[in-house]
Amino acid sequence: MPRENKPKVAVWKFASCDGCQLSLLDCEDEFLALTQEIEIANFPEASRAVIEGPYDLSIVEGSITTPHDAERIQKVRQSSKFLITIGACATAGGIQALRNFKDVNEFISIVYATPAYIDTLQTSTPISEHVKVDFELRGCPIDKMQLIEVISAFLKGRKPNTPAHSTCIECKRRGTVCVMVAQGQMCLGPVTHAGCGALCPTYNRGCYGCFGPKETPNTSSLSSWLKKQGTENEQIVRVFRGINAYAEPFRKESELHEKENKNHKG
Amino acid sequence: MKKKTKTIKVDYLARVEGEGGLFIKIKDDAVVDVKLKIFEPPRFFEGFLRGRDFKEAPDITARICGICPVAYQMSAVHAMENAFGVKVEGPLRELRRLLYCGEWIESHTLHIYMLHAPDFLGYQDAIQMAKDHKGVVERGLKLKKAGNAIVSLLGGREIHPINVRVGGFYKVFEKQDFEPLKETLKWARDAALETVRWAAQMPFPEFEQDYEFVALRHAEEYPFNEGRLVSNKGLDISSSEYEEHFQESHVEHSNALHSILKERGAYFCGPMARYNLNFDRLSKLSQEAALQTGLGKECRNPFKSIIIRSIEVLYACDEALRIIESYEKPERPYVEVEPKAATGYSCTEAPRGILYHQYSLDEQGKILDAKIVPPTSQNQKTIEDVLRKFVPQYIELSQEKLTWQCEQAIRNYDPWISCATHFLKLNIERT
Repeated sequence: MPRENKPKVAVWKFASCDGCQLSLLDCEDEFLALTQEIEIANFPEASRAVIEGPYDLSIVEGSITTPHDAERIQKVRQSSKFLITIGACATAGGIQALRNFKDVNEFISIVYATPAYIDTLQTSTPISEHVKVDFELRGCPIDKMQLIEVISAFLKGRKPNTPAHSTCIECKRRGTVCVMVAQGQMCLGPVTHAGCGALCPTYNRGCYGCFGPKETPNTSSLSSWLKKQGTENEQIVRVFRGINAYAEPFRKESELHEKENKNHKG
Repeated sequence: MKKKTKTIKVDYLARVEGEGGLFIKIKDDAVVDVKLKIFEPPRFFEGFLRGRDFKEAPDITARICGICPVAYQMSAVHAMENAFGVKVEGPLRELRRLLYCGEWIESHTLHIYMLHAPDFLGYQDAIQMAKDHKGVVERGLKLKKAGNAIVSLLGGREIHPINVRVGGFYKVFEKQDFEPLKETLKWARDAALETVRWAAQMPFPEFEQDYEFVALRHAEEYPFNEGRLVSNKGLDISSSEYEEHFQESHVEHSNALHSILKERGAYFCGPMARYNLNFDRLSKLSQEAALQTGLGKECRNPFKSIIIRSIEVLYACDEALRIIESYEKPERPYVEVEPKAATGYSCTEAPRGILYHQYSLDEQGKILDAKIVPPTSQNQKTIEDVLRKFVPQYIELSQEKLTWQCEQAIRNYDPWISCATHFLKLNIERT
């Protein structure tokens, strides 16, 4: 039986590819059951219907890249009892945070060369830099079963069960042969947050960090191993400067090697 | 009758991907202004692709769109291979078609059942629709899942697959690994056939348009990755000639560029364009299903795009089964690629239409310049032009009904706004 007084859940989009909120619609077996338990009160991608706040739970996708969105997220927070962020854009600024590493002056001159008005901030930042976030679900994209777990946990008032250990551990559990040791591939598995099930190594390639840094990642140790394998500084910069480039441990590591690279060349 | 002045305003379009709005101004029963406003923030992909390695392009550009990442990966790898003079053939080429089949099935089915059908049947969304048509919505979800099953197996996951690389794949499968998909796809093919019939009996307004359709056309196949760019008004070029014939312009009300054909202006790409230009390349089953609905080999009513998407889903199921049945595992998962200084071009058929990628590379394969033109950006002007003609027919409707009609008229095109909005930087640099 559908429950009475269902909790109101809202889905909000900021700068993103929409993939993470689509994960909700990708729950093909669970979606209709889920709508029996929650009231989807605001989810423009799926519905014309909009129910006014306040909301029991807001699910936020995307990063903050415009002055308008920086204001909008404040309103979302004010109207939400709980606010969770989903995906690399919302939790770390996303791939569009690569703009944060550009020379700002160069960037501005490029933007303002156009006669049209483009309202954009110079950086792409995670939601947590703007408002209090109750939980961050990692991934590019997020794992849809983890999303269901997080929604369930919040509605039941418990802590979500989403392990924060490394992708490397997931890989070992799967019994996949290490692509770094056995094939000499660049792999971010040792420093990347679990969640994907160590997908890339099972497809014969190194992890490229979709789920961002794990708890207390030892990035410098990984870099020195990569160097021993003959990886150039420039490649190390690029591998940390990907989907989760602006997440602090990855950002610091890429900046360090960028500096080394410049000193070396300079 | 009294002349009317009114404004139709939809601040945030629902059941389309991304952030867009609509503004229409009517004065004395004439439409004086139509703006499809796109305020999705730009993400500057072409900017930060510069300096990246060619091998990274499929993973980076996938992030432009969460619903059609395969399309971005396909256009990226084909453009790189075009630059380096590599041809991927045999089973690897077939696997790429298979992956695209999966994406067409999941993307089209999402639109047919969850975004478009509620308009015809008068619901706010598929959740409301499920209260009265549970079996139908469940069939839609299961069909969508069948498409995702292909992408998950071959690509590693549904969204942002990880198995695509320049030259082929990171990993290829044994023939028997595809066995479980066969049963799923056989069911899906039947469900797609039912979908075609179901879609065909929706209430359609009489509304034919004289579009210029643009799509790929291949010598033998319904197009995914290869072919010439053709139109029903005389265009016939290779992807490398794209720049000579198409032009993008920046309009103030949109963060996505408007694309036009230099010679003739607005054009229309996507399922309707493919269907009109490639009916003879559809599988026999899909052709018969189409003709049985009375659709004909040509269709110019955008509301009927729901039938055409259903036919393409049927085709994709049929084609996926053909590929799986004739599949033999290739010796190597990919063809070696040697970078060189060059420029590469590719158009592939994303679910929503042609997706153009162009990359200039240095001798190490570092990206010097990137240009990406997504389907929604190409259809923007057509959407506005067609609304201009559509509104006068319904001017007597109440504000609420007319607004919903206009929204539906936009959803006919399945616009995907996030995709369309990452391309400002290039425009800026070229001014």
